[in-house]
Amino acid sequence: MANFYTDNKDLQYHLSHPLMKRIIELKERNFADAKLYDYAPQDTEDALDSYRRVLDIVGEVCGEVIAANAESVDHEGPRVVNDHVEYASGTVKNIEALIEAGLGGMTLPRKYDGLNMPVTCFAMANEMVARADAGFENIWGLQDCAETINEFASEEIKMKFLPRVSAGETCAMDLTEPDAGSDLGAVMLKATWDEEGQTWRLNGCKRFITNGDGDISLVLARTEEGTKDARGLSMLIYDKRDGGVKVRRIENKLGIKGSPTCELVFNNAPATLVGDRKMGLIKYVMSLMNAARLGISAQSTGLCEAAYREALKYAQEREQFGKPIIKFAAVSEMLKNMEAKTIASRALLYETARFVDIYKQLNHISHDRSLESEERQEMKFYNRLADGFTPLAKMFASEYANEVAYDSIQIHGGSGYMKDYACERLYRDARIMNIYEGTTQLQVVAAINHVTKGTYLEQIMRYEEEATSEATKPMFDKLVELRKLYESVVERVESMDKEAAGYKDFHARRLVEIAGYIIMSHIMLRQAREMESDYLNPTKIFVKYAIKKITEAASYIEASEGSDVELFKA
Amino acid sequence: MKKVTKIVVLAKQVPDTRNVGKDAMTAEGTVNRAALAAIFNPEDLNALEMALQMKDRIEGATVEVLTMGPQRAADIIREAMFRGADGGYLLSGREFAGSDTLATSYALSCALRKINPDIIVAGRQAIDGDTAQVGPQVAEKLGLPQVTYAEELVAINDTEITIKRRLERGSEVVVSPLPALITVNSSAKECRPRNAKRVMKFKYALATSEMAVAEDKAKAFIEERPYLHIVEFAAADVNPDPEQLGLSGSPTKVKKIENVVFQAKEAKTLTADDADINALMVELIASHTLG
Repeated sequence: MANFYTDNKDLQYHLSHPLMKRIIELKERNFADAKLYDYAPQDTEDALDSYRRVLDIVGEVCGEVIAANAESVDHEGPRVVNDHVEYASGTVKNIEALIEAGLGGMTLPRKYDGLNMPVTCFAMANEMVARADAGFENIWGLQDCAETINEFASEEIKMKFLPRVSAGETCAMDLTEPDAGSDLGAVMLKATWDEEGQTWRLNGCKRFITNGDGDISLVLARTEEGTKDARGLSMLIYDKRDGGVKVRRIENKLGIKGSPTCELVFNNAPATLVGDRKMGLIKYVMSLMNAARLGISAQSTGLCEAAYREALKYAQEREQFGKPIIKFAAVSEMLKNMEAKTIASRALLYETARFVDIYKQLNHISHDRSLESEERQEMKFYNRLADGFTPLAKMFASEYANEVAYDSIQIHGGSGYMKDYACERLYRDARIMNIYEGTTQLQVVAAINHVTKGTYLEQIMRYEEEATSEATKPMFDKLVELRKLYESVVERVESMDKEAAGYKDFHARRLVEIAGYIIMSHIMLRQAREMESDYLNPTKIFVKYAIKKITEAASYIEASEGSDVELFKA
Repeated sequence: MKKVTKIVVLAKQVPDTRNVGKDAMTAEGTVNRAALAAIFNPEDLNALEMALQMKDRIEGATVEVLTMGPQRAADIIREAMFRGADGGYLLSGREFAGSDTLATSYALSCALRKINPDIIVAGRQAIDGDTAQVGPQVAEKLGLPQVTYAEELVAINDTEITIKRRLERGSEVVVSPLPALITVNSSAKECRPRNAKRVMKFKYALATSEMAVAEDKAKAFIEERPYLHIVEFAAADVNPDPEQLGLSGSPTKVKKIENVVFQAKEAKTLTADDADINALMVELIASHTLG
């Protein structure tokens, strides 16, 4: 019996992080639900125990059902039948299993039939689902949309839609259009108020919509006639039961083939406004995108795990020159680096998820009562960290997913290039991860502000206040040195930027990467300190890799003239 | 016309003989139970699923699990509750030790007389004994019609049940009056997974003897929530003839145990290291020689 939770000690480690206690406190609010719901926890231990048990179910469904269907789903893919999506048969089975296991609405409050679990646990579930089948993770992970509805919609809308998500209905977020991709302010899908029908009506088309034929769709549309920018856009819910949207085609993609990427035609489709008009992109989509980016970090980490395990298994079984190829230094070094990247990617993912949990939950509480000033401080503090860490987590995890999948094929040699092994599917699936929900280049745009505003530096200084152990001390000292290097290159870039406009943009990715490597190394160091036998060696390996990457980026910056900005202009 | 309300699944906790490692046998040649995980007998899970399908189709019906075994067998009742069962009965006591299939079916039938179900569903056989006798024997003792080798629940109403049976050379569809006993094959639908809310709801369920040694807090918790109490029957609770229980009620005697020596046509050389032995185990399990 394969179980993707019980076979992964990292997930169990992260679930026992000390911040989980605070998260549970905020999530359960004095355990008031215990009197109302027979499945609500009585205390912190009880809640943690329930999380473990639910993740254990997710792990089993992933290991036994979803992973087993992944190959056939990749081959079969979804189809358009009578203007609607028909999933691959394996996808249908996956959805059935998740519904039977009651895993819809994982983070939603119990009054909407949800499981009221933290974002951190939802990310763990996402990671496991992606390890089983990255394409299916898109369909499953879109329950994020329900979180946005929960955050911004009226009680009436929540009561109408959220219990349906808890019961297993799927969601979609309809943002992209042919002329509005990264630049969502250019969205043109038209929403007009129908006085007679007392509803909004949607007309126009959307493109590249993941699970576009889902039961409940959040649609970004232009409610303000005559406007051309983000300020004219609002968020609406389209209910598939109402009809009015046709699937024109499903894209033929390189990977994640089980996930239907749809072109949609809206023809007078009725829709309900969420929250306030004109806040669609400015407020709601930004929140949705942050959640989705965390989702992609989880998806990418799950893919790293799958690709690493495939490579490890092959390297142990495949013999050449009279011994398993894992015994060759060139192969084992690759494997060790893959493992370290996977653990680091996961470390950053759950550090970020914990920050998100605390601030999101305080935000929910603030809708019910005014926060104490300490709580307000806490919310602000974690909000800033979550905003800073989310693009880092998305960027590193998705780049690592590609690197680990690439190396996984390399370890398989010629066989890895054939369709016979899972690594080729993983490689194709990984390729979208550093593209969608904001390319790596766009994550850098979000992250560079936190370089200049000092979010990363402040957090690195906090990590430096944590205790060290004898075994981690040499790495810790090195990281302190590297932090000083980071400060000096940031200073250089900022001062050069005044002379050569565009210099900061030119080096933005390098600066963000340096910050990210120091941060990931510190989180790994903490793991190595707490569980030396499990994490000391992967941490040593990761820190070596980080030093190489940091010094490479720093030396590039140090040798870079202001004239480079012109040199690289196309 | 009596309405179907009570469905009981007969289930057994068994050592996981499908995942045998090198510690599976003791030096004396007996099964090393400590090294084998105790699991829900696989075909009993198929039986549970079929029972739950009956419940899905009959409004107001309940599914409960009856198991005979030591205290820890309550684990499989909890697991059944996580997957959809409403509750269960643990039949436990020293008197039952050493039961063969005759004594087991006698003990179960005594408990079933007390429970008085409308339908009994059981797995075809258990992976530790492979006899496939207990289900049919229970039906005989209770004077019920039986449908064996069930693969699919075709239809059910308050008076009769229609079942597709999987036979060696095909299948057949039979209709049986109710009450009846059904034994279910592994080719039937796999059991539904544990359900998140049910796991959270039922995780603290305890059988009577487990409650006796639990902390006061846990006891108080269960007293507030009667659905968390797993009914436990001792021998005396089911009014048996003591002579027919356990060893004294078991005519089966193991005369001799022989080690089977395979006559290998192809020789294979193994070294004495753990990796080779494990690889052999994996190979034998894969070829269904073991397990």
